[in-house]
Amino acid sequence: MADARTEIKRPIGLRLWLSAGWFTLLVLTALFAPLLAPQDPLAQDLFTSRLPPFWVTGSEPGYPLGSDSLGRDVLSRMMYGGRVALSVALIAGTLTCVLGASLGLIAGYFRGWPDMIISRLVDIWMAFPPVLFAILLIAVLGTGLTSIIIAIVVIDWTRFARVIRAEAIGQGAMDYVASAQVAGHKRFGIMVQEILPNVLPTICVLLTLEMGIAVIVEAILSFVNLSISTDQPTWGGMISEGRLSIHQAWWVLVFPLIILFLTVLSFSQLGEGLKDRFDPVLR
Amino acid sequence: MSFLTINNLTAHFGKRPVLRDVSLSVQTGEVCGLVGESGAGKSMIGKAVLGTLPLAIAATGGEIILDGVDLQSLMPKQRRQIIGAKTALIPQDPLTALNPSRRVGAQITNRLVDILGWRKAEAEHRALDLLGEVQIEDPERVMLCYPHELSGGMRQRLLIAAAFAAEPQLIIADEPTTALDVTVQKQILRLIKEMQARYGTALLFVTHDLGVVSKVCQKLLVLYDGMVLEQTSVEDFFTEPSHPYSKALLETTPKYTDPTGSLTPIPQEVLERARAQVAAYDRMQNHV
Repeated sequence: MADARTEIKRPIGLRLWLSAGWFTLLVLTALFAPLLAPQDPLAQDLFTSRLPPFWVTGSEPGYPLGSDSLGRDVLSRMMYGGRVALSVALIAGTLTCVLGASLGLIAGYFRGWPDMIISRLVDIWMAFPPVLFAILLIAVLGTGLTSIIIAIVVIDWTRFARVIRAEAIGQGAMDYVASAQVAGHKRFGIMVQEILPNVLPTICVLLTLEMGIAVIVEAILSFVNLSISTDQPTWGGMISEGRLSIHQAWWVLVFPLIILFLTVLSFSQLGEGLKDRFDPVLR
Repeated sequence: MSFLTINNLTAHFGKRPVLRDVSLSVQTGEVCGLVGESGAGKSMIGKAVLGTLPLAIAATGGEIILDGVDLQSLMPKQRRQIIGAKTALIPQDPLTALNPSRRVGAQITNRLVDILGWRKAEAEHRALDLLGEVQIEDPERVMLCYPHELSGGMRQRLLIAAAFAAEPQLIIADEPTTALDVTVQKQILRLIKEMQARYGTALLFVTHDLGVVSKVCQKLLVLYDGMVLEQTSVEDFFTEPSHPYSKALLETTPKYTDPTGSLTPIPQEVLERARAQVAAYDRMQNHV
């Protein structure tokens, strides 16, 4: 009798609209980059090098956001770079989340020796400088998309483990968990059925933050040339190349930077917005 | 025959005793009160029975016999099954005792379906009946609510309904009225008493409120620092308490007949005597 209950509809906020809109736009352009991109992102042409964006005199119609010093179209390269950024964000973010949140949940709910092991591991892990750790890992694993994803998961699971552990401890102390225990539910079942739904809003926020962080880490690694092979456009790689010609062609650096910034921002706002919208407890 | 018997139960927090040789028995259909100050170990007895003691506290001796079975001799899985089938808990704080992210109806039926193997429709039917029994209006609507949409008193009614759902033979009520305001307290108390009488459940009632004890219980145990100072019937307790601590405890209750009178604390010499009794017990244990 769902209709017997008064449903309070919360409006979808501007924050959620904007961030979800930006995210959708990114996904679509990344998916359909071969159809949408005005130029081949790898085609070099020295006759069209360092063309300015369309509103500056001297621009060419095929290059709306200008071209870099090798004559490659900035807009097309950004579209293709979005593919790398998004796959890293989604895959690495999700894997990190699953690994870290599971360990955090186990540590926080079971306590005792699982907590000892996991917590000490997190302490040791967090004492490592993350970027150095990433560079070290890539050096061992070799460059490529898979290595990047593995590196991010291996480094960042601690963030989830820490926060979710603390949340799970708090939830585990609540009377409803004791009631479930008395009712005869298995410990593991209680963790999944009772605790998990209550830490899900936090997991959701952390996941979107992590996606942003993954994009940044990928950009940092591209910047130091340790990401994907150099013939594949990435935002970090473009920023790195643009840095060399900043005085002659600022657009090569600035546009990917803006995109990177907006993407990371939209991820975190998406998380907050979703939490506000779907958390059953109006806080 | 008594349904729950506890013989010489001891529990320790590290080296410090939390329960000292606690023995009690509750018959089917009987209400037994556990009273004492904060930290006297009243809740710990209930938790020891239900197997929900905090990690740091361990039951170190004695036996807990539920319906003829010594719980401590069982494997965790068997123990969980017996406790799940024969007992239930009415917790203290209705605000944290319901899972905030699940609809309350599902929280009542869940146990019937998952643990006791009822069919879903049956369980829902039973839940609706129960909500009627605990005098919740419009049960169909309430079943679909989330806990935060309901008041404290409503939630405590739901918890009572949930506790009685599978008709357990023993219910442990851990200060079920402490978190509620006084007017609601009275209704909830009456409700627990009514339901207990209807189902003939054995009830272990943990409280620090002697007024509550006089209304609900048939007998009671007075605890001090994990030790039973007095075990007696309610009539005897309120007419002629045998232990000076019990007498002092009774005198701390404010009187309606003298609303201007100041509150009486427990006198120092009585406390010292109780402490001496505990210390004497500890010395004896260390000698053995």
